[in-house]
Amino acid sequence: MTARQVLQQADIARALTRISHEILESNRGSEGLVLLGIPTRGVLLARRLGAILEDVPVGSIDVTMYRDDLAKNPTRAPSPTDIPAGGIDGKTVILVDDVLYSGRTIRAALDALSDLGRPRAVRLAVLVDRGHRELPIRADFVGKNLPSSADERINVRLSEIDDSEEVTIL
Amino acid sequence: MRHLLSTKDLSRDEAVAILDIAEDMAGVADREVKKLPALRGKTVVNLFFEDSTRTRVSFEVAAKRLSADVINFSAKGSSVSKGESLKDTAQTLAAMGADAVVIRHSASGAPRVLADSGWIDAGIVNAGDGTHEHPTQALLDAFTIRRRLHGPDARGKALDGVTVTIVGDILHSRVARSNVWLLTTLGATVSLVAPATLLPVSTAGWPVGVSYDLDAAIDAGPDVVMMLRIQAERMNAAFFPNAREYSRQWGLDDERAARLPAASIVMHPGPMNRGLEISANAADSPQSTVLEQVANGVSIRMAVLYHLMSGSDA
Amino acid sequence: MSIRITGVQLPDGTRKDLFVDDGVFVDSVSTGSTSVSADGLIALPGLVDLHTHLREPGYEQSETVLTGSRAAAIGGFTAVFAMANTMPVQDTTGVVEQVQSLGERHGYVTVRPIGAVTAGLAGERLSEIGAMAQSRAQVRVFSDDGHCVSDALLMRRALEYVKTFGGVVAQHAQEPRLTLGAQMNEGALSSELGLAGWPAVAEESIIARDVLLAEHVDARLHVCHVSTAGSVEVIRWAKARGVKVTAEVTPHHLLLTEELARGYDSRFKVNPPLRRDEDVLALRAALADGTIDIVATDHAPHPVESKDCAWDEAANGMLGLESALSVVHAAVVASGQLDWSDLARVLSAKPAEIGLLAGYDAPFAIGSPANFTLYDPSATRTFATSDLRGKGLNSPYLGRELPGRVIATVHNGYATVLDGELVDAAAVAKEAHHG
Repeated sequence: MTARQVLQQADIARALTRISHEILESNRGSEGLVLLGIPTRGVLLARRLGAILEDVPVGSIDVTMYRDDLAKNPTRAPSPTDIPAGGIDGKTVILVDDVLYSGRTIRAALDALSDLGRPRAVRLAVLVDRGHRELPIRADFVGKNLPSSADERINVRLSEIDDSEEVTIL
Repeated sequence: MRHLLSTKDLSRDEAVAILDIAEDMAGVADREVKKLPALRGKTVVNLFFEDSTRTRVSFEVAAKRLSADVINFSAKGSSVSKGESLKDTAQTLAAMGADAVVIRHSASGAPRVLADSGWIDAGIVNAGDGTHEHPTQALLDAFTIRRRLHGPDARGKALDGVTVTIVGDILHSRVARSNVWLLTTLGATVSLVAPATLLPVSTAGWPVGVSYDLDAAIDAGPDVVMMLRIQAERMNAAFFPNAREYSRQWGLDDERAARLPAASIVMHPGPMNRGLEISANAADSPQSTVLEQVANGVSIRMAVLYHLMSGSDA
Repeated sequence: MSIRITGVQLPDGTRKDLFVDDGVFVDSVSTGSTSVSADGLIALPGLVDLHTHLREPGYEQSETVLTGSRAAAIGGFTAVFAMANTMPVQDTTGVVEQVQSLGERHGYVTVRPIGAVTAGLAGERLSEIGAMAQSRAQVRVFSDDGHCVSDALLMRRALEYVKTFGGVVAQHAQEPRLTLGAQMNEGALSSELGLAGWPAVAEESIIARDVLLAEHVDARLHVCHVSTAGSVEVIRWAKARGVKVTAEVTPHHLLLTEELARGYDSRFKVNPPLRRDEDVLALRAALADGTIDIVATDHAPHPVESKDCAWDEAANGMLGLESALSVVHAAVVASGQLDWSDLARVLSAKPAEIGLLAGYDAPFAIGSPANFTLYDPSATRTFATSDLRGKGLNSPYLGRELPGRVIATVHNGYATVLDGELVDAAAVAKEAHHG
């Protein structure tokens, strides 16, 4: 079976531009916004959004320690959490991830956030929403809705760390 | 990794991975909520057959910051000193459902015996066994050195090319043994300095240099000088004539400390005998990492507990 | 009881039939006797262990004279010398006679008690050596085994006083100050494992002192469980000078090395400790060239709880009787360093000679006491607790492949082992008293 490309480089760029507009629109400007990416590729996407939005602090939030499946998988090495200097108290935090699937990662991120401070609001931006939610979580900003079956694999490749830039389904 | 019994068993990659996790753990201490939920619902038993408030508290804080339940089983003054064996204690803890046992024991190899025994199916962390090893102390020492040398860019790095001189009672020091294996695995060059009475009769197979002359070792300008604690009972057993002579020959006094390069760091696993193996000025100087070592101990022990207790192989 | 053994190979390689009647070897026996076809088996003279701990009286949870005798018989032994560290100590006529008579009552092997050199093994004053020598037990070997007679003057007196009664002092050579808290052989490995070292010099210095003392007072000295290459050199030197010294090595020091301590498994904790490879090789060579005279087991049973603990806390000692023959076979016979007649010498004739035990000087000769064992050298087995017959389980060989197997043992003309299994205790006791 070969992977089928569902987003090309230009599609990804367009999606991010559209998401950044939507964020500004819903927030009525960039005031009080903080972008927090979820490692690994969510951090890269957050940085790209930050570059489009300008003047919006970008950080990362590691959710490893908050996962509910730690005991079921081989030990995961955590990634750094990096909260921008202004903190998150009273801010509108936009969580950024590459693929929204079961919702468990976002649940862990919400828990991690609450240990770090008290944002005014938390929004979620994802490049791909593939469905199959196991928790009552939905994204506020979606690059592409991609209905998939549970046995398919969605792969997001970004040029910063991968040798190509695309989203494929296998 | 199922147990942490000896630093000799650690590969370079494993050691660096633990140090990296400790970097993440270190950030938790600065947060409003100093707690991670990673080990929620797990039980860590601190099984201390030997008094060591500092090490026990360090492990306790580490486990609690990871949301584990902590049971302190101080075997001293309990049924253990009345003849209850390691075996009975282990089986009792197993029956209570311990997921990890942090053990301090006066007998070398006791953690290994526990891990191999089949008496208990828990991860075993050696918190100091006799005159054998003290792996988390060595890990926190390596972590402290790495942070001093590399600052915020420490992640992923080892200790290649770093020169470390360990001074004092090598013969009885579990800290020295664990550091010898770990620091050399991480690429450091380690040398030991002590009177012959306080060196093992043979260090064949140890990847270290050995000498008797502290002044020459200081003049070599090591990146790290690690002073070991001298126990009072060694004096009574004729390992050296008296404290004055020991201090004169092998103590880091003000004069020797002043001869160290400005960038060298001075370490001590604590508790210190100020004025014996280390002068008060040397202990309190900006070169000293004594307090950092204590703080880093919690981060390292969090990393070790996380490493042992999370994951499907735990 | 009369016994016919057909087609057996003797230690010198000859094949013949053996006949036993009324406790001794005879020319022929009538039909109706117990008959054993011994094709492929070797007949060895009854093995004699100069160094056994039977633990009774006082430590019956570890071993008794009966259980230790059974362990001995299944190992091919027909006589054992029982060490003095019982409770009460074998330092008076009463205790040695009790041990002797327990051995006689059970009948699996001849039990010869060893007398303590010093009262209570305390190393302070001589025990009643004369009384024990002249008792019904006729004690000839005296030892404070487990404790070294470290006081030079006391050792001199012991050598002289024991000579008075024609006996021998068997010394556990261990300088006590050099071995304070000692846990294993001192060297690179003990340094790494953080276990207090038992330096070779602590053994060698005592042996050197003792051979000089023995020379000075012209007395016999026997050195227990020699464990180092340096000790071999000292003994070789002493023998060349004509000192009346004999020496033993244990089976475990011929086969096992200190590397086994690496896992802190206290089954391998023993005193003197397991040593380096080069020591093992030197001990084998010394046994082959006669510098070391005999093999003795130092069979030291312990209850499970004495070994189920941290290394420092565990008791010293390992089982030896059930496995000795196979271990010596593996260590020095399989390699060709010793042949079967050498093995008969180091495990039977010579220990009997040192211990002044009669009846072992002319094995298999018509009229000699019928003490022998039939051994199948071609068998192999993974040694297991099911091979043990004493009370202890602290064998260092469990799980190890060992050659050979004892098929039958005959003590004073009656079988204690047949078809590889112990003969029932009541039957053995009946034969022992009938004879």
